[in-house]
Amino acid sequence: MHQTVTAAMDPVSVARWQFAITTVYHFLFVPLTIGTSFLVAGFQTAWHRTGKEQYYQATKFWGRLFLINFALGLVTGIVQEFQFGMNWSEYSRFVGDIFGSPLAIEALLAFFLESTFLGLWIFGWERLPRAVHLACIWIAAFGTVASAYFILAANSFMQHPVGYVINELKGRAELTDFWAVIIQKTTVITFLHVLTACFLCAGAALVGISCYHLRKKQQPTVFRPSLLVGLWALLIAGVGVALTGDQQGKVMFEQQPMKMASAEALWDTQGPAPFSLFAVGDVEKGRNSVEIEIPRLLSFLAHGNFHDPVPGINQTNAAERAKYGPGDYRPWIPMAYWSFRWMIGFGMFSVLVALFGLWFTRRGRTPAGRWGTWFWRFGLWTLVFPVIGSAWGWIFTETGRQPWIVYGLMRTREGVSTSVPASRVLTSLILFAALYAVLAVVEVGLCVKYARAGVHDVAPADGPASASSDGDEDQPLAFAY
Amino acid sequence: MSLVNFWYLLIAVLWIGYFFLEGFDFGVGILTQVLARDETNRRVLINTIGPVWDGNEVWVITAIGATFAAFPNWYATLLSGFYVPLLLVLLALIVRNVAFEYRGKSDARHRAWWDLCIFVGSLLPPLLWGLVFGCMFSGTKIGDDMNFHGRMSDFLTTVDGVIGALAFLALFLTHGAVYTALKTRGPIRDAARRLAVPGALVSLVLVGVLLGRVNNHWGGPLSWTVAVVPLVALLACAVVVRIGRDGWAFVLSGVAVATMVASMFIAVFPIVMPSSLNPDWSLTVHSAASSHYTLRVMSVVACVFTPLVLLYQGWTYWVFRKRIGVRNIPAAH
Repeated sequence: MHQTVTAAMDPVSVARWQFAITTVYHFLFVPLTIGTSFLVAGFQTAWHRTGKEQYYQATKFWGRLFLINFALGLVTGIVQEFQFGMNWSEYSRFVGDIFGSPLAIEALLAFFLESTFLGLWIFGWERLPRAVHLACIWIAAFGTVASAYFILAANSFMQHPVGYVINELKGRAELTDFWAVIIQKTTVITFLHVLTACFLCAGAALVGISCYHLRKKQQPTVFRPSLLVGLWALLIAGVGVALTGDQQGKVMFEQQPMKMASAEALWDTQGPAPFSLFAVGDVEKGRNSVEIEIPRLLSFLAHGNFHDPVPGINQTNAAERAKYGPGDYRPWIPMAYWSFRWMIGFGMFSVLVALFGLWFTRRGRTPAGRWGTWFWRFGLWTLVFPVIGSAWGWIFTETGRQPWIVYGLMRTREGVSTSVPASRVLTSLILFAALYAVLAVVEVGLCVKYARAGVHDVAPADGPASASSDGDEDQPLAFAY
Repeated sequence: MSLVNFWYLLIAVLWIGYFFLEGFDFGVGILTQVLARDETNRRVLINTIGPVWDGNEVWVITAIGATFAAFPNWYATLLSGFYVPLLLVLLALIVRNVAFEYRGKSDARHRAWWDLCIFVGSLLPPLLWGLVFGCMFSGTKIGDDMNFHGRMSDFLTTVDGVIGALAFLALFLTHGAVYTALKTRGPIRDAARRLAVPGALVSLVLVGVLLGRVNNHWGGPLSWTVAVVPLVALLACAVVVRIGRDGWAFVLSGVAVATMVASMFIAVFPIVMPSSLNPDWSLTVHSAASSHYTLRVMSVVACVFTPLVLLYQGWTYWVFRKRIGVRNIPAAH
């Protein structure tokens, strides 16, 4: 007991726990809002072009849920930007020359776009000309994607530092090639993987909530199209996530062999290497005591053929010792192994739902019979799976990089703020966790309330094409807080 | 001008932009409990800043992000040093922002909680930012390792910090009252104008003391000159409010905010965080700065995108330029 308390009070562990909790929490909302912003923009475009009230209603309905999620994604994002300096000041000093730029660009280029144009979109109904109002949601959606790109460029530098030189005199890394950081393949492939995952999350949300209403036969004019959009988004994004994930895996086998060997609990180099389905590992002895595997598949995932060897944990550890000096360069292997499987499992399960759903709804059909009932019932829960999958994805890629904070350059324990006592970090960890927990309850409560309430919006009588009128000054606002 | 100095200027501009913009929306947030006696009037106040508060807040995110990119050591020392005040700023901003978005969406019986969140979330940040800037520029216990070695309680016993907190609060409250006068109609506008006059005079005294102390320590001819501007502006603001020229009053309270921050930034330059332990350990623009290459890249980015941001953010204010009165407030949704 005493030992665990001491371990928990180690400043590095407390700071890591705070980062893990606040980041995973932040990222529950981010993929949902990035994906939904585009789907809402799509519905509004459909209304704009066809004038059909059902698309107006879909825009309003999904727009409300989008904003409820966006609010929490936004506020939890501010914490992230402060946290590097508060808890990881040595890290900030060491890489700020490189890492700070994408963060500043993210704020200047993306956050201003998102927040300004969302404000215009929320309050601009009936005030802005309709085409301009439609452009606002598209610009805001573009802003969310731009922000994802720059923050992933920053993260990719931690995964695979490029475009820098070490300045021994100042004891820090300095940028030498901005474009190398921004467009290195780690950034590009990670971005594509995350972006497709965002659409997976948004598609699942549409499928889940539409199933809830369609099962009760409520407002099929809105929820049937929503269901179909959601199912197709799930399927297309699901295939995209798988393809980009495969490519990202190949990049990782090359750049961080330790992470991928740990993801497979592959202790010793094997060629051809098998893919592990289930394993019980023995970290002390450096081997698995139980394992079930598919022969040769891992060689295929790493190299695209069925015979090349894949380096094991023990060999990689020895190689890194030779390169970086004495130490243990293994991450927490059970975490890497299981988070990798949960990421894939939760993500791909929703693709299965999409296939069933598209089959049941083919050519105007409605799911019926025993299987149909199951689909309606289960469909609602689809919405949580990709969100959980993407959370595990982050847990995998960040814990799998350990003990490094910047791979090969700086260890996590060297990055923590030296002037901040563990007790202070612990206090902030507790406060954030408590506040976030309360907000989660409120947020889920509001989502449930507005998801259940369904659609009650009436499209403006003059149709989507006309411009706004200024009206007299006592006219009530079309939208107000 | 060297790139390092250019970035110091740019960061000062970002903070000025932040305090100018979110200054009044903090003020409005506080006034929801001071001026508004009922639900409709409270909603009038909240809706004057409804479409813009979020964009205003991005200024601080950009200021901090730009500090990280251009002066990593300043960023690291500031955020790890002022740990508790900044933690409280974060918590306050979280509850405040969520309250704006969720207030109208939750059940009426929870509304009092959201109102409390808006009030506390608007009251704490001005106090805390004033404390941080007052303490930061008066000098903190920074060691030769660039890290802060004092205690959190040091901040509460630093005179400049306490005066800074009060000055920022009074000034933002006044700025918010003037903004309310500009953006509303009816009794609430009159109430805001009545509050703005004593508000401007109290701010004048507090800002005067703060700038006097900071300039007494670090100031030169330029910063002393700039320090006079907010005092004159506040005096003029009090007069102009009384004769009902809301637009001019807002310009003047805005000038007061901008020049107050500017005077402090000019005074301490080229130091960014003075050390009270040893002057040699102070962080300067040079010891805190990024490499020349990074600054050059970031300068290109800033020169392209900052005007764009100003343009579309300005457009938002034009779109929502109308005054709001109780009759504009639709039924609860």
